[in-house]
Amino acid sequence: MELAIFYLVAAVAVLSALVAVAHRNPVVNVLSLIVTFFCVAVTFAMQGADFLAGAQVLIYAGAILVLFLFVVMLLGAPVVSGEETPRPIQKTLGAFLAAAVAAGAFFLFSSLRETGSNLPAAGNTTRALGRLLVGPHLFAFELVSVVLLAALVGALVLVKRKH
Amino acid sequence: MVTLAHYLVLSGVLFAIGAGGVLLRRNGIATLLGIELMLNAANVALVAFSAFHGNLEGQVFVFFVMAVAAAEVAVGLALLVAIFRKLQSADVDRLSAMRW
Repeated sequence: MELAIFYLVAAVAVLSALVAVAHRNPVVNVLSLIVTFFCVAVTFAMQGADFLAGAQVLIYAGAILVLFLFVVMLLGAPVVSGEETPRPIQKTLGAFLAAAVAAGAFFLFSSLRETGSNLPAAGNTTRALGRLLVGPHLFAFELVSVVLLAALVGALVLVKRKH
Repeated sequence: MVTLAHYLVLSGVLFAIGAGGVLLRRNGIATLLGIELMLNAANVALVAFSAFHGNLEGQVFVFFVMAVAAAEVAVGLALLVAIFRKLQSADVDRLSAMRW
């Protein structure tokens, strides 16, 4: 049962990721990537990472991809999806490299002989995760807030029109 | 039974698709989407190892990856808007001003 759910979710994730990368229309790309991120959130939930599953939906699907959609609309979807300059060598090499990475990961990882179920300890992880964040990882946690502030200021400076 | 290997294969395939998007597309937005997909594939692997070892440190890492991804997207999209204002195009191949 669990395996069937995993295969279903993984298949949807991979298919929507392919659409997100290959489709010409950027709106379709972004919406399809939202589907992928929801599927990834399901795999998080299946492994007991309940807080991260929620954060995945809230931050990735709810904030980051909506920001993408916002920029696509701002620039104008038809303009953004305009002609892409074709480069035969880049196409060949890029496709070959991506296929090599996929095949390598597939054969390397599927040869793993770890037969234990990847099921987590019971109970929710939010409390434990919070204790780790403001305990041993407090410095990194505070640093991330500075990084986010710097990114915010940087983004504002970059898009500001000069008078 | 879903094992560690299942999640790692999923992670590897998602990463390859994201890398393919970055390598094959010339559209700035598609490139950024590919980067997001690669970051997420890494998160899948981190959560899988975290659950496998019964250790929450991996999930703390995922939390930080999410925060950095949010920062990266904000700056990346701002750059894209600035480029678009200059060139009227999101095609990254048109950015050839510093080419020798």
